[in-house]
Amino acid sequence: MTATLVSYSLLAVWSAMAIYALAFVAFTLDLAGRAARDPRQKGVVEGSEAASGGSGTSGGAGTTVVQRTDAPSVGGYSSRWAKVALALTIIAWLLHVTATVFRGLAANRVPWANMFEFSLTATALIVGVFLAVQLWNDLRFLGSYVIGFVVLALGVATVNFYVDVVPLPPALQSAWLVIHVFVASLATGFFGLGAALSIVQLIQSRREATKGLLRLVPAPDGLENLAYRLNLVGFVLWTFTLMAGAIWAERAWGRYWGWDTKEVWTFIIWVIFAGYIHARATRGWRGSRSAVLAIIGFSAVVFNFTVVNLFFKGLHAYSGL
Amino acid sequence: MDSSRPSDHVDGRGHPTENDITQPRLGVVGYARFVWRQLTSMRTALFLLLLLAFAAVPGSLVPQRSADPNGVVQYRTDNPELYRVLDALQVFDTYSSVWFSSIYLLLFISLIGCVIPRTRHHFDALRAAPPRTPARLKRLPAFLAVDAPGITEKDAVESARRLLRRLGYRVRVDSASVSAERGYLRETGNLVFHGALVGILVAVAIGGGFSYTGQKVIVEGQAFSNVLGNYDSFNPGRYFSDDVLAPYSIRLDGFDAEYEEENIDAYGQPIDFTASVTTTIPGADGQPASIKVNEPLRIGGTEVYLLGNGYAPWITVRDADGEIAFSQPVPFLPQDGNLTSLGVVKVPDGLTDQLGMIGFFYPTTLPLASGAFSSSHPDLRDPTLTLEAYRGDLGLDGGIPRSAYSLDTDALTQVAGRTSETPTLALKIGDTVELPDGLGSVELSEVKRFVSLDIHHDPTQTWVFIFSVLVLAGLLTGLFIPRRRLWVKFVAGADGTSTLEYAGLARGDDPTLMAAVTAFAQKHAAGLGIKVGE
Ligand code: HEM
Repeated sequence: MTATLVSYSLLAVWSAMAIYALAFVAFTLDLAGRAARDPRQKGVVEGSEAASGGSGTSGGAGTTVVQRTDAPSVGGYSSRWAKVALALTIIAWLLHVTATVFRGLAANRVPWANMFEFSLTATALIVGVFLAVQLWNDLRFLGSYVIGFVVLALGVATVNFYVDVVPLPPALQSAWLVIHVFVASLATGFFGLGAALSIVQLIQSRREATKGLLRLVPAPDGLENLAYRLNLVGFVLWTFTLMAGAIWAERAWGRYWGWDTKEVWTFIIWVIFAGYIHARATRGWRGSRSAVLAIIGFSAVVFNFTVVNLFFKGLHAYSGL
Repeated sequence: MDSSRPSDHVDGRGHPTENDITQPRLGVVGYARFVWRQLTSMRTALFLLLLLAFAAVPGSLVPQRSADPNGVVQYRTDNPELYRVLDALQVFDTYSSVWFSSIYLLLFISLIGCVIPRTRHHFDALRAAPPRTPARLKRLPAFLAVDAPGITEKDAVESARRLLRRLGYRVRVDSASVSAERGYLRETGNLVFHGALVGILVAVAIGGGFSYTGQKVIVEGQAFSNVLGNYDSFNPGRYFSDDVLAPYSIRLDGFDAEYEEENIDAYGQPIDFTASVTTTIPGADGQPASIKVNEPLRIGGTEVYLLGNGYAPWITVRDADGEIAFSQPVPFLPQDGNLTSLGVVKVPDGLTDQLGMIGFFYPTTLPLASGAFSSSHPDLRDPTLTLEAYRGDLGLDGGIPRSAYSLDTDALTQVAGRTSETPTLALKIGDTVELPDGLGSVELSEVKRFVSLDIHHDPTQTWVFIFSVLVLAGLLTGLFIPRRRLWVKFVAGADGTSTLEYAGLARGDDPTLMAAVTAFAQKHAAGLGIKVGE
């Protein structure tokens, strides 16, 4: 039974990866289209104006609305490639979630108890956050980055981190495994998307100074505000992760905080993002500088998940490798 | 929006370069004020936060004395020169080092200096009416105007006041306008957040002084009573005194280990450890209890954790006449996942010479091609004990503390083992073997399990928890409750027409401000019989 479920799960992972790869190609073609497309062409709204707090006046009967918005919007631009890519992403994501659920069923516990399983669940959450945010903001221009990252991570996880289903060692048998690790993975999803927006923001402000904005991608301000909102959610989740980890450590290891390597890095990440939030409120630090901090923060998250798990010595020796 | 924030806050009033050009003019007081202003600025807070993150890194690259003392010893052996440099820089104690401590103490001084004036200001703001309506609402970030033919000023203002109150705004009515504010909780949350951080720091500092941790190995059937001399190792906080040790005892009745049997990929992996104990406090009968890895035992203000376990072969040594010289279970320390374990036996008295033995215990014996043994399963299925025996001076009387788990063989002569005539002794349960030179005999009578317990006392742990909850609650309110001002103004035109103006202002990032102003305008105007388009 376990073996069957495991093989279904792996089949679903590989299929999801193949379809993600196609989605990645489609997103990239769409991105190429956005860069190449002539902005004067009919029906194309300039992202820069709609996004950078431009005021539009619309006269209803006797009503004047002066409105300033900062939501990154590209005026509903949508290429055929973008639609295909999004559809492929949804299909791949459903397979991905199925793979994760089957893995959990096979092991008869939550599917995040070793590196392979963390990677599987965390990437599913990243794509989940990416898809969910689409409901409010059209972020398809981030598709290449997000899906590219996920395909790479899944590939490395399945090829290099794969371990068979094994029961939980006593230290991991705790409700906190469910909460602590899940919330950490979810926070990773938000930080990842935030960092993606910050990268595009940096590119855009660079171009603003030289060649002019990338058409059909929002202007830096809009990107920054959305990135900030995502990172705030990520930060709250991370704060919770840190506290839940401390409570669990108290139960399992007899102290709530001991500067174990993994604890150190969780702390470092928390402080970097606290710094990022401050930077946004400090004169002279809005814009590119705080964007760089957000990117450093997410890099630390990835570092914590890979290098620290694999090469640093500590109590969190649960990679299963 | 708020003058109590540091002057380099984005919402602050200060001139952008005010901080840089303010030179101390007033001598010592002025200079102190200047330094204080710098220290409590947003920029300093940001700088110190980033510095703190950076300063925490080295401690994760190099083993720390607090978490991994053996790692530090190893490091010293491997890189003696680098060790000396890093040790001088306190890198092996990063988190209690002078430099790390200075950074976070400065940060917290900055934090307190920043939060106190804001708290005072916020306290005043909570009782004050909202500020006057600005002259030109059109300039505000969210603005909307509606033609309001035939509406009187009094109706417009009164209905706006009532509606705003109902929506939870604090309201101030001026002649032709209403000024309203809501979301004071946002600032409260932010202040609670920063204040609770201070609370955590103080609680941790006090806790560190009064806490203690100790370790104790107990074999099945043995008991431990909580007095200082009974611990194998003990780490007291700075203000520890003996009399805080609560009088209780813990007896290990049995230890059960369960290992995976079905899953071939994980065969022999531990599934569950349970220590069954009887706890006794003075004046009461013994109580049965159990300790598991994620389920510590709480007793007498301490927590007792199950940190490790292993085997304790019961070894009896007799002299040539059969008189018992030594008989007790000896805990052997596990060396691998299959519990191949290493142990030492010291018999100082009762034989013609002092006897020291060092050996391995294999719970499930697997003979290797080389003739050596290994263990193929952690459970007790086919145990073997091997011992190398030495005679000579064990060095126990020299006043130098010796670990019970190591044997210094330099001054000893091997009588059984790889380098002597008699080979290494090997015993199964129930076996007795003769020692060479007519020294006597060794018997393995049974094998017991032992547990190693960690006993902790931390009087401020609960406080740390409470402050952490406040941190989280403050964070949520401070980040996600929108703080808004709303204004409604009745403007009578020259030609007898009239207009209603609505405007909003938010503190911080507020994506839904315009929507909130529009929604309010629609509701208010509808109450007056005017329809507002999108
Ligand atoms: C231990 C050090 C600190 C940490 C971890 C920290 C963390 C944070 C976090 C997470 C926020 C956003 C949460 C909220 O608004 O409720 C925040 C906001 C804020 N902090 Fe701190 N902080 C620290 C020290 C300081 C210091 C020293 C100052 C003053 C110089 C300060 C001033 C502020 C201000 C003014 C805000 C509001 C920002 C805004 O308007 O959006 N903080 N801080």
